[in-house]
Amino acid sequence: MKLDKPKLVVVGNGMAGIRTVEELLKLSPGLYDITVFGAEPHPNYNRILLSPVLAGEQTFDDIVLNTREWYAEKHITLHTGKKVVKIDRRARCVETDDGTREPYDRLLLATGSDPFILPVPGKDLEGVITYRDIHDTERMIAAAATHKRAVVIGGGLLGLEAANGLKLRGMEVTVVHLMPWLMERQLDRTAAGLLQRTLEGKGLAFRLEAKTEALLPDATGKRLAAVKLNGGEELPADLVVMAVGIRPNAGLAASAGLHIDRGVVVNDTMQTYDPRIYAVGECVAHRGIAYGLVAPLFEQARVCANHLAQFGIARYSGSQVSTKLKVTGVDLFSAGNFTGGEGSEDIVLSDPGAGVYKRLVLKDDKLIGAVLYGDTVDGAWLFKLIREGTNVAPMRDRIMFGESNLGDTGHQGQSKAAVMPDSAEVCGCNGVCKGAIVNAIKAQGLFTLEDVRKHTKASSSCGSCTGLVEQILMFTAGGDYSAAPTKKSMCGCTDHTHQEVRDAIRQQHLLSIPAVYQFLEWRSPNGCASCRPAINYYLLSTWPHEAKDDPQSRFINERSHANIQKDGTYSVVPRMWGGETNSAELRRIADVVDKYNIPTVKVTGGQRLDLLGVKKEDLPAVWKELDMPSGHAYAKALRTVKTCVGSDWCRFGTQNSTLMGQQLERALWRMYAPHKVKLAVSGCPRNCAESGIKDVGVIGVDSGWEIYVAGNGGIKTEVAEFFCKVKTHEEVLEYSGAFLQLYREEGWYLERTVHFVKRVGLDYCKQRVVEDAANRKALWERLQFALDGEPDPWHEPEKAGVDLKQFIPLVPA
Amino acid sequence: MSYIAICKLEDIPSLGARRYRRDDGKVIAVFRNAEDKVFALQDKCPHKGGPLSQGIVFGESVACPLHNWCIGLDDGKAAAPDEGMTEKFSVRVADGLVELDPWSGVSAPMVCQAEAAE
Repeated sequence: MKLDKPKLVVVGNGMAGIRTVEELLKLSPGLYDITVFGAEPHPNYNRILLSPVLAGEQTFDDIVLNTREWYAEKHITLHTGKKVVKIDRRARCVETDDGTREPYDRLLLATGSDPFILPVPGKDLEGVITYRDIHDTERMIAAAATHKRAVVIGGGLLGLEAANGLKLRGMEVTVVHLMPWLMERQLDRTAAGLLQRTLEGKGLAFRLEAKTEALLPDATGKRLAAVKLNGGEELPADLVVMAVGIRPNAGLAASAGLHIDRGVVVNDTMQTYDPRIYAVGECVAHRGIAYGLVAPLFEQARVCANHLAQFGIARYSGSQVSTKLKVTGVDLFSAGNFTGGEGSEDIVLSDPGAGVYKRLVLKDDKLIGAVLYGDTVDGAWLFKLIREGTNVAPMRDRIMFGESNLGDTGHQGQSKAAVMPDSAEVCGCNGVCKGAIVNAIKAQGLFTLEDVRKHTKASSSCGSCTGLVEQILMFTAGGDYSAAPTKKSMCGCTDHTHQEVRDAIRQQHLLSIPAVYQFLEWRSPNGCASCRPAINYYLLSTWPHEAKDDPQSRFINERSHANIQKDGTYSVVPRMWGGETNSAELRRIADVVDKYNIPTVKVTGGQRLDLLGVKKEDLPAVWKELDMPSGHAYAKALRTVKTCVGSDWCRFGTQNSTLMGQQLERALWRMYAPHKVKLAVSGCPRNCAESGIKDVGVIGVDSGWEIYVAGNGGIKTEVAEFFCKVKTHEEVLEYSGAFLQLYREEGWYLERTVHFVKRVGLDYCKQRVVEDAANRKALWERLQFALDGEPDPWHEPEKAGVDLKQFIPLVPA
Repeated sequence: MSYIAICKLEDIPSLGARRYRRDDGKVIAVFRNAEDKVFALQDKCPHKGGPLSQGIVFGESVACPLHNWCIGLDDGKAAAPDEGMTEKFSVRVADGLVELDPWSGVSAPMVCQAEAAE
């Protein structure tokens, strides 16, 4: 450890403080000499999981997030069991209760919150405790072993979890709640009623609209004996747990003269009124709100770390929060504002017999709140709609039935993660079952979808099980798991989004990847395998004939113009226009297959032939001898135009679909795009070319052609949407081309047309392409300009910038 | 230690790689990064044996072309949370020539996951 490093002192060894340190170490390891003070005698543990510990489902060791070894490994000095009692801002130094003094250059306050104690007579009696940390939890566990009757004051999230835990530990539990229904801040009356019924079924008793007047002592006068309610009822009790709320622990900050209003007041960069002092977590008040759930704390931690690391580009603008009760067997989710108010509307589904209740609150065509009971499968999805302020008008009639995200492949009908057995497979691509995900979440202390993907690979490939994984995460880590931020940065190298990068390239006329990195202050010198290919595409699609392709920023398939296979060989797919071939081509293919010992020849779904198992060294010769154009089967580009035989042969055909398909393919081949692009043309509505699941699908009818867009036959089958109807072949070319150019110019890298159209809206695409004729022509012209002179990499490799040396292995000179 | 010259530095594209096949058939990938540093690893990802020479090079890492594991060029180790290590070799640049010691492999002979499963 060098002495000249600036010193960062963290007061508070809890989830918010340590998360900030972790984020900081990710951004700028070794920037600070870090010291952490924690008042509790433990390393950082997962406070969210105290309820499972109380319920006997996990142990303390299970919920430790950072072991002492972790601190040592990161060269962090950890003081546990020491309470910081004074901040000397002038001397820039903190002082603990045992007299330790520690100077700082930057101070981070993460002092958390304190439980609120009702000011009633008897509050100091033995047997009266709060529920805040592992110490409280251990006291409850001990009390449950020797005593019988418990009263929990407070029917909120924490109170109910405490009550459930004590019940499972064998106590008789009564919950006393001031309000007319349980969890009134998260639930409406109906959902709360269902919840109460379920909990009563588990053996809990309730006193609603009941105010605690006093806690009565036993004969010794020292120990608790009963709880006296305002109606005069006396509930015998050996243990009282007060869970009536928390308040920010801002005493230390206040004594140092920092501005306090409920909590320690911070700005959008998590700075207090003293610019050397930052604060995060439950102790702060940001824009007047003090958060008590973990997701906002993690968002704050990310922003704070960004500033401590001296990047200075992140802002925290507040969080939407969602809640999930961690009581085994209770499926409950709530998010946003569900009380409605003026101008809001409700969509309600109520099936009390099945124990299902769902209420969605809409305002101005946006979802603003949701309460789900009994079936929370769509919680994560609805929460995303709330956070992103998505316009839900187009899906209003379907929104209640949820996102079908959960599965076309492999997990049909799996809608309740909670009841899935541990052995059930969640991610079909990577063979990850529920138990593995749950274990990883618990053992590694994971909170985000990204973390789960990294550690288990679940949902990291095709992504179709994302909803299910989010649900398991929510269920295991609690509803306050850290949802993905609204603004999704492109990759770990930057905080900018795809859109921001696209905009900057256009507005600043950036022409090279280094120029983009410099202008947008990338954190890594030459990016990573995620951002480089994306930026290379953005440059080429924004500035055709100006920006220069960088082959080293393309995935291997686009660099070697063939598809890499699992054994390191390649596959070669020559282009067959509209799926039509002839004897000469087939003879050449046969000869090449024999000459180069190509083990497998396969007919593809795109109506052409795939030669599999070609050695890399042989690729250039194979291309040359095939003497057919590249099929671009390896590229984020136009793949095929599938056709039926059409009116030339078919007795039902109304249009010459093969010719139309060939015209489209000849006009659009060599067209790179954000992702692969597949077209189809059918000669009649029987649709033998399967136009309904293509990026652009064309269907011939007697009076002309119908054009459909944004279909997808892949991971999740999506039916293409009707775009327009036109009369002539020229119009089909112009409308289809213009739509694809819009996608090329505005789509995000790796976004298929279906996702692009979902993001920008079909109406927007229609307006730009169908309704605005001048714009359509301009788009079509820009596409033709971009494709003009674009070489075939198989036959003009020099012009296409193909690195030919890659095909020859090195031999010593 | 016996280095042999295998190519000129400029024969390897910046942020790219070339393959060298040893007499016994083992393929060694030789990488060049943006600062013209060179690295050599067995051309085989510790995950499923993907050819690392075909991956995208950035910083001092390469992303495997098959499943995007990130392998450190300097130590052959997979980036956390993935676990695994590929054999690394001594390589240097002298007078513009890339010199490789093809028999300098460090780390125990690698068993990749795909093979271990069989």
